[in-house]
Amino acid sequence: MDSSEAAVESKLPPAIEEPAAAGRGLSLPADFLFHKLAVFMAAVVGATLVAAVAAIGYDSLPAIKVFGVLGFLESRRWDPVSQQFGAYPFIVGTLVSSAIAMLLAVPVSFGVAVFISELAPGWIKQPISAAIEMLAAVPSIVYGLWGLLVFAPAFANLEPWINDHLGAIWGVGALFRGPPMGIGMLAAGIVLAIMILPYIASIMRDVFVATPARLKESAYAMGATTWEVARRILLPYTRTAVTGGIFLGLGRALGETMAVTFVIGNSNNLSRSLLMPGASIPSVIANEFTEATSKLYVSSLIYLGLVLIAITLVVQILAVFLLGSLRRAPGGTR
Amino acid sequence: MISLYARRRAVNIVASSLMFAATCVGLFFLAWILWTTLEFGIAAMHWDLFTKDTPAPGDGGYGLRNAFVGSLILMAIALSIGVPVGLMAGTWLAEYGGRSRMAGLVRFVNDIMLSAPSIEIGLFTYAIMVDPMGHFSAISGGVALSILMIPIIVRTTDEMLKLVGGELREAAIALGAPMWQVVTRITWKAARAGILTGILISLARISGETAPLLFTALNNQFYSTDLRRPIANLPVVIFQFAMSPYANWQQMAWAAAFIAIVFILGISVCSRLLLRSGVKRT
Repeated sequence: MDSSEAAVESKLPPAIEEPAAAGRGLSLPADFLFHKLAVFMAAVVGATLVAAVAAIGYDSLPAIKVFGVLGFLESRRWDPVSQQFGAYPFIVGTLVSSAIAMLLAVPVSFGVAVFISELAPGWIKQPISAAIEMLAAVPSIVYGLWGLLVFAPAFANLEPWINDHLGAIWGVGALFRGPPMGIGMLAAGIVLAIMILPYIASIMRDVFVATPARLKESAYAMGATTWEVARRILLPYTRTAVTGGIFLGLGRALGETMAVTFVIGNSNNLSRSLLMPGASIPSVIANEFTEATSKLYVSSLIYLGLVLIAITLVVQILAVFLLGSLRRAPGGTR
Repeated sequence: MISLYARRRAVNIVASSLMFAATCVGLFFLAWILWTTLEFGIAAMHWDLFTKDTPAPGDGGYGLRNAFVGSLILMAIALSIGVPVGLMAGTWLAEYGGRSRMAGLVRFVNDIMLSAPSIEIGLFTYAIMVDPMGHFSAISGGVALSILMIPIIVRTTDEMLKLVGGELREAAIALGAPMWQVVTRITWKAARAGILTGILISLARISGETAPLLFTALNNQFYSTDLRRPIANLPVVIFQFAMSPYANWQQMAWAAAFIAIVFILGISVCSRLLLRSGVKRT
């Protein structure tokens, strides 16, 4: 001890004095540059959102000038030949396909999350979590390919049954009557539901697992069943984050492009039936962008993108605020 | 009392079975998607895919060489922009910004961009690059992909650097190291595994992205390495070929999808192993 301390002391003075003169002179500009570079990059990241809205807004100006705001949102006419463009059918298509997806994905995600956190035996939790998260790793183009060439033909076989049974229900029956084509609004909603399932389920699982064991165990000790713990302890305790996770999934569904483009059917006419083809904002942009010849046509498609941003931004901001400090680690697992 | 107990038990059994069923539904669709991609993808595997370019409409034959090269070029551009920007911005957040108001704003915007639909990123890049330049180009495709990967890198870098203990930093500062050396030699090194994982995850995320490329890199039937011209790439090739009526084109779409999935799963396995080894060491 003594000898090593002495050795350090004897070495210290030159180590401080000598490089101080030369080293400081060199390191200060490097330090300054490094700091400024970091600040600049952070500022670039911080500015992207405003820049994106401004750039897309600028490119949609020609269409805004011709059709206005309300006129564009309310018009049902999308006719490239006569240069008339309206967003209404696509806004409805986006909202309807996302609504179907949420109706299917939220309860299933809740089931998956409770199963992983409460029901599954320990050794199986990790593999199931990883498998569900793998659904999020599959690129949307593969969902589209699978949806068009595999799921839609299979779904077409199921549609006569939907026609006969759901279509016969008084009131909502009209939603489920139509030709068995496989592709359409309902098929798009189902594929979307599979895609957003992992996002909602993994957030729910994270917060369920993180719920204090004291809370869960005191409920179990009082004789509560698994369902009662899930319903009356987990859900109320994690309400905010669960809502945030649902909004995150909704944001994904609203903006999903490729998978929807493949299976929604791409019809610019609104139909009462969910079995009929439709179109969403992303699908019409993806389909028609490269074919758009006139400046007004391109601008109208970008204007549609601006409308989509307005819708998704509200949902995303809600999600970010609700999820708050719950920041997920990379890889998604804990 | 007995009937109440029996009812609660019955409800619990029904609910538990439904939860089990929900999990099975999720796993069923995963298995279905992976299985069909595997089945059709392997059936369509052909040596020509790697040595020939995409055939003209109506021609027989196979070939995806130009799309492989194009995708690699796009990823290289995206990495060369996304990694420095994301790494430095994340470093600023963790090391300099801390809890300041500007750091809060940058994190907020980054969180929004993290979940922004990729089609919006594509339109943004179209507006700032393709429209002024007047034509689609490989470089704009790379920029679009880099905008998609930056938020992921920023988030993971920020989080991983924050996990590095304050004692390490203080020890280095006490020794007289300037801040930039503390960051590059101490905290970056300590958080290396986590930061690399973030970069890998961002690479996996962009390797299947299609929507932003439709407005930027587009597609090219021919082999091209010119960054100012449209370039072929796997995702857009899948999109065009899947919608086509030609059997050989559809088969190639499956082959491309299979290769994309193998690539992505390979990256995620690597990142998981990397993260695990990194966590063990610290």
